Amino acid sequence: MATTITKTETLVGKRIRRREDPRLITGTATYVEDIQMPGMHYAAIVRSPHAAANIRSIDVKAAAAAPGVVAVFTGKDTEKVGPVPCGASLPDLRVPHHHIMAIDRVYYVGHAVAVVVATDRYLARDAADLLEIDYDVLPAVADPEKALAPGAPAVHPQWPDNTAFNYHQEGGDIAKAFADADVVVKQRITSQRLVPNAMETRGVVAEWRGADRQLNLYTSTQVPHLVRTLVAGMLGLEENRMRVIAPEVGGGFGSKLNIYAEEALMGFVAMKIGKPVKWIESRRENFLTTIHGRGHVDYYEVAAKKDGTILGIKLKIIQDLGAYHQLLTPAIPTLSVLMMPGLYKTKNVSADIVGVFTNCVPTDAYRGAGRPEATHGIERMVDILADELGMDPAEIRLKNFVANEEFPYPTATGLTYDSGNYAAPLDKAMALADYSKILQEQVEARKQGKLVGIGISTYGEICAIGPSPATPAGGWESATVKIEPSGTVTVMTGTCQTGQGEETTFAQIAADELGVDIDNILVLRGDTSIVQYGIGTFGSRATAIGGTALYFALQELKAKVKLFGAMLLESDDVTFSGGQVTCNKSGKTKGLAEIAGATYRAMKLPPNTEPGLVATHFWEPPNFTFPFGAHIVITDIDKETGDIAIRRYIAVDDCGNIINPLIVDGQVHGGVAQGLGQALWEQAVYDDNGQLITGEFMDYAMPRAHMMPWIESSHTITPTNVNPLGVKGVGEAGTIGCSPAVVNSVVDALSHLGVRHIDMPLTPEKIWKLANAGGTN
Amino acid sequence: MFPQTFDYTAPTTLDEAVKLLGGGAKALAGGMSLIPMMKLRLASPEHLVDLGRIKELNYIREESGALHIGATATHYAVESSPLVRTKCPLLAETAAAIGDVQVRNMGTLGGAVAHADPSADYPAALQALEAKIVLRGAGGDRTVSAAEFFVDAFTTVLNEGEMVREVIVPVDTSGVSYQKVPQPASGFAMVGIAARVKKAGGKVTEARIGVTGLTNSSFRATAAEKALEGTNGSAADIQKAAALVAQGSDANSDIHASADYRKHLAVVYTGRALIAAMGRAQ
Ligand SMILES: Cc1cc2nc3c(=O)[nH]c(=O)nc-3n(C[C@H](O)[C@H](O)[C@H](O)COP(=O)(O)OP(=O)(O)OC[C@H]3O[C@@H](n4cnc5c(N)ncnc54)[C@H](O)[C@@H]3O)c2cc1C
Repeated sequence: MATTITKTETLVGKRIRRREDPRLITGTATYVEDIQMPGMHYAAIVRSPHAAANIRSIDVKAAAAAPGVVAVFTGKDTEKVGPVPCGASLPDLRVPHHHIMAIDRVYYVGHAVAVVVATDRYLARDAADLLEIDYDVLPAVADPEKALAPGAPAVHPQWPDNTAFNYHQEGGDIAKAFADADVVVKQRITSQRLVPNAMETRGVVAEWRGADRQLNLYTSTQVPHLVRTLVAGMLGLEENRMRVIAPEVGGGFGSKLNIYAEEALMGFVAMKIGKPVKWIESRRENFLTTIHGRGHVDYYEVAAKKDGTILGIKLKIIQDLGAYHQLLTPAIPTLSVLMMPGLYKTKNVSADIVGVFTNCVPTDAYRGAGRPEATHGIERMVDILADELGMDPAEIRLKNFVANEEFPYPTATGLTYDSGNYAAPLDKAMALADYSKILQEQVEARKQGKLVGIGISTYGEICAIGPSPATPAGGWESATVKIEPSGTVTVMTGTCQTGQGEETTFAQIAADELGVDIDNILVLRGDTSIVQYGIGTFGSRATAIGGTALYFALQELKAKVKLFGAMLLESDDVTFSGGQVTCNKSGKTKGLAEIAGATYRAMKLPPNTEPGLVATHFWEPPNFTFPFGAHIVITDIDKETGDIAIRRYIAVDDCGNIINPLIVDGQVHGGVAQGLGQALWEQAVYDDNGQLITGEFMDYAMPRAHMMPWIESSHTITPTNVNPLGVKGVGEAGTIGCSPAVVNSVVDALSHLGVRHIDMPLTPEKIWKLANAGGTN
Repeated sequence: MFPQTFDYTAPTTLDEAVKLLGGGAKALAGGMSLIPMMKLRLASPEHLVDLGRIKELNYIREESGALHIGATATHYAVESSPLVRTKCPLLAETAAAIGDVQVRNMGTLGGAVAHADPSADYPAALQALEAKIVLRGAGGDRTVSAAEFFVDAFTTVLNEGEMVREVIVPVDTSGVSYQKVPQPASGFAMVGIAARVKKAGGKVTEARIGVTGLTNSSFRATAAEKALEGTNGSAADIQKAAALVAQGSDANSDIHASADYRKHLAVVYTGRALIAAMGRAQ
C-alpha cells in the first residue's frame, strides 16, 4: 500500500465508522476464551454457598482422584500469595486481609474456597462437586443500615461495629448556611446495588514458561499494567518476568478496573502445574463474585433562601462496601462527596461517609463510580426544593448555576471546574422539548386524570481521572508513536479500551497531525510486552489524557520529521503538512515515507539528532475535566398498572470538543441505557441470609433493546483548556445524567398526589401504589 | 455452567422414544427449559431422549372440527401456522408472546406443557380453549383436559415414563385475546390472561378465561366467566366479571410483584383481554 497519501481532509470531528467493528461484528475478535494453547488445563473454582461460615474441614480426596484432575488447591495452599490489593487510602481505614481464597472462614456467597484443575473443563466442573466442605454456618448481614445497628452480626469478628471507615469533609460555613436558611429540605435517597454485567465475563489464561521464568497472563481487564505490577507482587514474581495481555475485552464498565483473586490464582496454578490453565467466569460467578456498583443510602439536607438560592448541602452517605476492599472500593463514595454540589454555586457543604462491611461481594467502580450517586442526590434535592418553594425546576437550576464568567470555578469540595456554560445545554434541551408547551399539556392531562411527568437533570461530572496526586496509581497516561521505515505509523497507547473505540479516535488524531491516511495507522494496546507502561481506560479518561499523550508524542515526531525533511530538501525554510515536508522557497517536497526511510537508513543525520522516528510521551494532566449537560425526560404513567412509558428522552451533553460524533453518540446511548437500567429495572437484591436472589438474568432485569426509548441526542461544545485537544470525556455522561431525569419525571407525574420522592428502581408496583395512594415510598 | 455427563439418544420413532422413557430416560424437546437447568445443575438427567427427530410428533393438522398439534411443534410453528392463525387464533397469539425469536424457534408446545412452569404462557390459552392433551405411555394413549393436566408448579398428571404426544384445541370462532405482563428480567408472564368470548343477539353466550402466572398453576376463572355470560358485555359488565378473576386465589409473590399487585394485574388485564376479545367477537 502506498504509504504517503497527501491528505487535505481532516478526520477529527468526523463521523467515521469504528475501525474495530469489522472483527467484532464478524465474530473474529480474540477474547480470553478464544486463546488456545497446547496442553491447556481448565480450572473450576469451588465457591461458598454461605454468606458467613467457618470452614471446619475440606476433604479434597475424592475430587483429586476424579478423572482428568491434576490438582486441587485450597486456601491453605495459596495462603502465601499476597492479598488482593486495596489501592485506596483513607485515614484509619480498616483493611481486612483479603486472601485469594478463603482459609478458615467465608465472608460472602461466592467466596472462593478451592480450585480444581483438570485436563477438560467438564471434568473440572464434575470434580468440583466432589469436594467435601464442612461449614459451620454463621449469621450474616447483607444490608448496610442493618449492619450498623447494635447487635448486628460482625462481618469481620475483629470489628464488631462493621465500620471500615468514617470520613468527613466540609467546605465553607455550613452552620451559618443552615442558620440563614428560609427553608431546609431533607430526604433519604438510595442508590441500589447494581451488577455491572459486561457482555464478556471475566476470564484468565495463565502460562508459565519455567525455563525462562516467564509468566504470561491473559486477562479481561481495563488495566493490564496495573495487573502486571500488582499480581507479580502478589505472586512474589519479578515484574519483568510477567507479561499481561488484555486481548479483546468485551466490556468492563469499571468492573474490570480491578485486581481480582483469580488473576493471581491462575498464575499460582500455572506455576504449580507447569502447564497453561484457563478459567472463564460463568455468568453465575459473574453475578456473585465480580464487583457490584453503587450501594448507597444517602441522607440529604439542603438549605435555601425563599428565592431558591441554595445556601448549603449536608450529606451523610452509608456506603455498602461488601466484605472486602477491592482496588478502589472505599474511594468510590469520596468521588460522590467531591461532586455533591453538582453545577451549583454553593460554597457550603458538609459530608460524612460511613463505609460499612456487609456479607456481600465488594462494591467498586461501576460506570460513573460515585458521580451517578452524587448527581442523583443533588438533582433530586433540587427538584424537592423547587417543589417546596413552588418554583419551576428549570428556573431554580438556572438561578444556582455557576456563571460563565466564574470559570475556572473553585468548588466547596476543593475542585476547580475547568470550563462551563451550564445554561446552554439546559436551554437547548428545553427548546427541543418545547418546554412551555409540554407544561401546558401536563395541566390539561391532569384535568383528564392522566399522569404525565417532565423531568430535568442538569449534571456535572468529574472526568479525565486524573492528576496523579488524586489517584492511587498515577493519573497520567502514555503514548508511543513509531513511524516505520516505509512510512507506516504505529501508535501504542497505555489506555486499554473495552469497547470505547479508541482504535478509531486515536487514529483520527494521529492521521490529522501527521497528515496521512487513517489506513496507515495501527493502534496497539493491552500488552505489557509491547506497550510502554500505562494506566488504562476508566473514569472517562482515555481520550482526554491518553489522546493528549498521543498528541504530544506526535508533536515530537513532527519536529523530527521536519528536521530530516529540511536536511533532505537542503533548506531551513520548510513546512510540514499534509504528510509531506515542503520547501517554502522552491516548493519541492519530501513525503513522509521517504523521510522515514532516511531516518532509519541514517546516511546523514541532522546535527544532534539520532536515527529513527519514535517518540514516547507520558502526559500528566494539570486538572480533571468537568463535562456537563442536561437531560429532559417526558413520561406517561398508566395509573391502572403503574407502568412507565418514556415518551421522549432528550439528552444534550457537553463533553468539550468532539473527535468522533458517531462514537460520542454511542457512548451517550450506552450510558443512558445503563442509567435507565438503574432508574427502572436493575437491582442486586440480597436476602437477609446474604443470598443473592437476583443472581441470574431470570431475575436481574437488564435493559434490552425493546425496552429502550428513542434517544434524542445532541450537544453543546465548551472546550476545556486542561488539554490541547479541548476534549473532556463522555464515557459515563449518559449514565450520570439519566437516572435523576427519569426519577424526576416520574415524581413530577405524581407530585400533585403528594409524592415527593421514589427510590430506584421505579418498579410498576411502587408506582401503582403511589399513584393510587400518594405519599413517599 | 457445564452440565453433568449424560447419555443421549435421538430415536426416529415414537415407540422407540416411549421405550427409552419407560427405562428412566428424560425427554429433550427444545431444550429451552431443560438445558439451562442442566447447566446450573438443577437437573442432572443421566439419559436424554431427543424428540426432535421423530417426524410423527411434529405436525399441525385439522381433524373433525379440532386442531391437532404434535408435541414437537415449535412455538414459532404454532405462531406462524396459517391453520392455527385462522382456526385457533388465541393459541397463535399466545405462542407469539413467548420469549424471543430464538426461544420460539427452539421451544416446543409439548415441552412447554410438560414443563408446567407457573409463569408459562401456553397454559392460559389451553385452559381458556378447554384443550385436550394426549399422553403416551407404555400402555398407550390417554387423553386429559387442560384443567386436569396442570396440577401445581412444575407438576402435571404425567406419570413416570409418560410423555405428551399432542395437544388438541377446538376450531374456535370466538373473539379472543391474550394479554400478558412480562416479568422485567425473564420475560415470562407475571400474569397472563387468555380470554374468549362468544356473542349472540347482543348477549355474551360463552366466556372463557384462562389465567397463568398468578398462582402455582394455571386455571380457568369460572366465577368471572359466569358473571359475564348472559350480560351485554358492556364495560361495566366486564369490570364486574374481571373483579372476580383473582378471588380466593393464593397468588405468588416475589421481588417483581407482590401477591396483591399480581391479583390487581390479573383484574386489570382480564378487563383488557375481555374488552379486546369482545371487540373481535361477532
Ligand atoms: C430466554 C427464555 C425465555 C423464555 N420466555 C418464555 C416466556 O416468555 N413464556 C413461556 O411460556 N416460556 C418461556 N420460555 C420457556 C420456553 O417456552 C420453553 O421452550 C418451554 O418452557 C419448554 O419447551 P422446550 O421444548 O424447550 O422443552 P425442554 O426444555 O426440552 O423440556 C422441558 C421439560 O419438559 C420435558 N418434556 C419436553 N417435551 C416433552 C414431552 N413431549 N413429553 C413429556 N415431557 C417433555 C423435558 O423432559 C423437560 O423436563 C423461555 C425460555 C428461555 C430460554
